[in-house]
Amino acid sequence: MATVDLRPARKPADYKSEVKAIWCPGCGDYHVLMSFTKAFAELGLPPEEIVVVSGIGCSSRIPAYTNCYGFHGVHGRSLALAAGLKVTRPELTVVVASGDGDGYSIGGNHFLHACRRNIDMTYVVMDNHIYGMTKGQPSPTTEPEFDTALSPGGTGLRPFHPLVIALASGANFIARCFSGEPNETASVLVEAIRHPGFSFVEILSPCVTFRPDEKEWKNLVHPAPVAPTSDPGKAARRIMTDDGFNIGILYRGDRTPYQPAVGQTSVELAELEKDFER
Amino acid sequence: MSEATGAPKISSLPDLFAVAYQIEADAVERYDLLADQMETHNNPELVAMFRDLARAEGIHRDEILRLAGDIDVVARARRLGPWRGGESPEQADLAGAHYMMTPWHALKLALAGEQRALAFFTSVVETAKDAEIKKMAEEFAEEEAEHVNLVHRLLRKYPEPPASWSQDPDPPVAQE
Repeated sequence: MATVDLRPARKPADYKSEVKAIWCPGCGDYHVLMSFTKAFAELGLPPEEIVVVSGIGCSSRIPAYTNCYGFHGVHGRSLALAAGLKVTRPELTVVVASGDGDGYSIGGNHFLHACRRNIDMTYVVMDNHIYGMTKGQPSPTTEPEFDTALSPGGTGLRPFHPLVIALASGANFIARCFSGEPNETASVLVEAIRHPGFSFVEILSPCVTFRPDEKEWKNLVHPAPVAPTSDPGKAARRIMTDDGFNIGILYRGDRTPYQPAVGQTSVELAELEKDFER
Repeated sequence: MSEATGAPKISSLPDLFAVAYQIEADAVERYDLLADQMETHNNPELVAMFRDLARAEGIHRDEILRLAGDIDVVARARRLGPWRGGESPEQADLAGAHYMMTPWHALKLALAGEQRALAFFTSVVETAKDAEIKKMAEEFAEEEAEHVNLVHRLLRKYPEPPASWSQDPDPPVAQE
């Protein structure tokens, strides 16, 4: 017998807070916010069962613009916060929002180990190849020749390759999206959230203020020409050799997520409190 | 007919109403979002213009609801799903927004949306096999053509600003 879905139908607006988003007009993060709310509506989850955790940066403002639970944490530490939350409250849907500076530089090491641990949560990085909030310093994904007053002649440094690193470190779902395609991005987010384990979704999200050249991204992105693979070797070859504008789900693994038994801690809370009192 | 435009598949007249409704509803949402952005960035002239555009699209949305009668276009639009490979035609391009943009820029965004909607309904007219769908799509296309003309007329009131329109004496870009 077919089961009947008794959840109330939800609209994207049901997940928006009353706080007006403050980003530069034209910023890709507005689209990402829309993708979040569209994805949550599609999943039909009650807002109080979703937690959006972030670090610091333009992208990390996003929890305030949803009416889900939110945690605007410290720089680069969103994954650590989210991991602690998810293992203690596994019934919650945890979505982590970050940017290329917060996530790949300050939080770079957390990124590696979050992939390795494979806790069931979704990590969304809004990558604009620049530190926007602090006015345009090169980030780990900035092109080596990107020439600014803060990096005359460019940094000359090889950019970080987040998708390859995620794959090598053990992420269980890897996708690349473009903020200018919010419907497609929402569909990928739905799949990422549903997929067990650590899902990593990199969203190319132009910074129109410090990287006006990124307005051109809408003409460069294209759908990945192949179906997602569960073979990490094949995925590695594809990701290593693509042009950085391949959009879609690129890897879907089948590792078992890490989830310790709830309440299985080595020290009781009361004992910890005693330590603080000493 | 739908695959080329990325539109949800239109198999019946209720589907057409649902898609048309979604186009207008998306436009309202987008113009309100742009108005909110301009409010945040203290550009009151543009706040008023985007709110007016949202109101105008809201009238069209409500008119489609009226035409659809007993058809639950909201539920049907949800079942049909989103537009693939982009957004629905009248969703103004968010990337085209700028904190110092002028009414001319707003109208150019609106014009592009109306032209996309006109092209969409024209493609439905050209490809629909069902006479009812074709007839209704013709009406929608005629309305969109009127909107295109209206925006052209409004543009005559707001000529293109000088090239220096975005020059800010206190710019946010600290590197220069």
